Amino acid sequence: MNIFEAKGIVKQYSGHRALDNVSVSIREGSVFGILGPNGAGKTSLIRIMNQITAPDEGELFFKGQPLNPSNIVEFGYLPEERGLYKKMKVGEQALYLAMLRGVKKTEALKRLKFWFERFEIQSWWGKKVEELSKGMQQKVQFIISVLHEPKFLIFDEPFSGFDPINVNILKQEILRMKEEGATIILSTHNMASVEELCDDIALINKSKVVLSGAVSEIRQRFKNNTYAVTYSGFINLIEASLRHQYEILSHVEKDGLHHLKFKLLDQSVSTNMLISGLLPLGNMISFNEVLPTMNDIFINAVGEIVNEEILTN
Amino acid sequence: MNKIWIIIKREYLTRVKKRSFIIMTLLGPILMAAMFIGPAWLTQMEDNEVKTIAVIDSSQLFVNTLLDSSKVNIDSLPETEFIKFKYLTNIKVGDIENNFKDNGYSALLFIPTSILSSPLVSLSSNKQPSMAVRMHISNVLKRKIESWKLKLYNVDPKILKSIETNVHVGVIKLSDDGKGKEEFADLKMYLGIIGGMLIYFFIFMYGAQVMRGVIEEKTSRIIEVIISSVKPFQLMMGKIVGIACVGLTQFLLWIILTATIVIGAQKIFFNDTNTYKNIKAQSIMANTQNLNIANENSQNEVAFNEMDNLYSEINKIDFVAIIGSFLFFFLAGYLLYSAMFAAIGSAVDSEADTQQFMMPVTIPLILSVALVGNVTSNPEGPLAFWFSMIPFTSPVVMMMRIPYGVPPEQVALSVGILIASFIFMTWLAGKIYRTGILMYGKKVNYKELYKWLKYKNY
Repeated sequence: MNIFEAKGIVKQYSGHRALDNVSVSIREGSVFGILGPNGAGKTSLIRIMNQITAPDEGELFFKGQPLNPSNIVEFGYLPEERGLYKKMKVGEQALYLAMLRGVKKTEALKRLKFWFERFEIQSWWGKKVEELSKGMQQKVQFIISVLHEPKFLIFDEPFSGFDPINVNILKQEILRMKEEGATIILSTHNMASVEELCDDIALINKSKVVLSGAVSEIRQRFKNNTYAVTYSGFINLIEASLRHQYEILSHVEKDGLHHLKFKLLDQSVSTNMLISGLLPLGNMISFNEVLPTMNDIFINAVGEIVNEEILTN
Repeated sequence: MNKIWIIIKREYLTRVKKRSFIIMTLLGPILMAAMFIGPAWLTQMEDNEVKTIAVIDSSQLFVNTLLDSSKVNIDSLPETEFIKFKYLTNIKVGDIENNFKDNGYSALLFIPTSILSSPLVSLSSNKQPSMAVRMHISNVLKRKIESWKLKLYNVDPKILKSIETNVHVGVIKLSDDGKGKEEFADLKMYLGIIGGMLIYFFIFMYGAQVMRGVIEEKTSRIIEVIISSVKPFQLMMGKIVGIACVGLTQFLLWIILTATIVIGAQKIFFNDTNTYKNIKAQSIMANTQNLNIANENSQNEVAFNEMDNLYSEINKIDFVAIIGSFLFFFLAGYLLYSAMFAAIGSAVDSEADTQQFMMPVTIPLILSVALVGNVTSNPEGPLAFWFSMIPFTSPVVMMMRIPYGVPPEQVALSVGILIASFIFMTWLAGKIYRTGILMYGKKVNYKELYKWLKYKNY
């Protein structure tokens, strides 16, 4: 079931169209990635989802009903452009922002205590925000965005500014929330984390959705019959290069291991037939199908459009 | 509504707890009290010093050398509490000029023989003689010479005494029903100016705080976190109302503290007021008994009357109406201007970029203060009337007019226009604000602002 749906969203700013007939569907309990190059319209879409701005055209549905302001308490939002009052104390500020989201004071204090203990940052409570480093501020902001225990979370570039350890902590939290039934929308440039975390994606480029669907399905769709094989010891390269079902893309010899990449040319050849043909060449220790990374897909999808434009102009 | 309340509370508490607020609140009344008490205290200091003026009277009109100098000479110049005359005889001007300071004289008055035909005297001193001393000498000599001249025409000295008069001009304001009311224009002027200036000062100070608050939220990028929870308009209004409460708190504390200081100061000077009353009682008694002494006291008498009038005038002034209208015009003026300041703050990326938008906002405010002379000299004039109707100047200009008494229908009209304007301005500012706060790194001009106003969906 789709928890959130946007249909035909158009957002026009003076001089340019930020979103052009954008539609997305988000399954309940999934992690949904919104991808796209800078200035593609991701933030515009996220702001519309959060009802910070309104679309010029199109419809928005939350749990099957038209989106309305009372839904805001069910949303958690970590904006890309985030900040805190510099002169205000961390605890006071977190309490204030939680109360603005409709959490009662006593409840907010209880939850803050829980989160500060979980992240082991109790000593920050009485510090002014300006005394914290950027990464520390990000942590506080993450806590603030989930304090009202929303079941629908939107994280805009959540990993930017974090060190690898904190990125990992954040990933764990996102996965934990998913397990607890929350739906999470992730806007990020970190393609590795998209593969790791996202179930579905929508790729936006030049104000339009150019690619959408489940991550696994998209990677299947974009695969180009490439396989990676590793041999140890001797390998009969001459015979390997004489075969005509495939083409050798690369051959790397390292630490006594031969890493070869093939591209299958004859689509009628099955994987089993390919393996049996490759076995006599040497002592095969691994055989893998190479799926394109989200990074490749991203660059391909965005690049193709750029190329098309160059051609048409 | 509940969310606006949370915002108001934060805006209020963070500012009231600031050190600068506490210092301003404590320092303000001390400065204001100093403004009232200081000059009075300084004049008192000056007057307390008894000045003895050496007099060399060549004309022999004011000192009768034939008489014993210890006896009161009725022709001698009248003295005051702090100005004394010492008549010197058989001394040349040059001798005394060289060492009059050592003899304890503060000045030397030389009256030439020709005083009756050409009234010119010289007052020499090593310091500039005070205005009070010069005025006194000029006044008493004028009278003496006039009476001498009249005596030459054989006018009876008794008649001369009886015609000596001091005139006090009491300004009477006629209300429409013809009833007269004596009033002190000066006092009203001061009240008007102080009230108008305070409103100007408060609007500027707190309006700028609204603007700085908006810029802070924008540059620190907290804005998007907040407006995903509340509507931009709620945030803007919460900030404006919260800061208005800070202003009211400061004003209230100032009134309480100033009153405490002034009353405290009066307690310290309590004895002085007592002597003032004693002198006054004595002089009234002397009046009935002795015409001569009464004559000498006549000038003091005028001063006493003025003091009395001032006190009764102060009692007559409707302070409730003045403070009430101050609060209204401060609040309404502040709401009008702070909405504009909020819109400016939302449109720029830093305080340095505010210049081009600040100009048109501050000009009417500064103009209204520049009009202070015209308004107080002619509070019913067309200039005062029109500028107390225009909403951008009316808070300050109307406040200056209020102590003089403004027809209720004019006040009502001005209030009505002002309320309508700030509602309209807040609505307009809200439209600019909601677009501006999410706009970064864009050079904003008036054309751009106009576009924002036209956005149907923000």
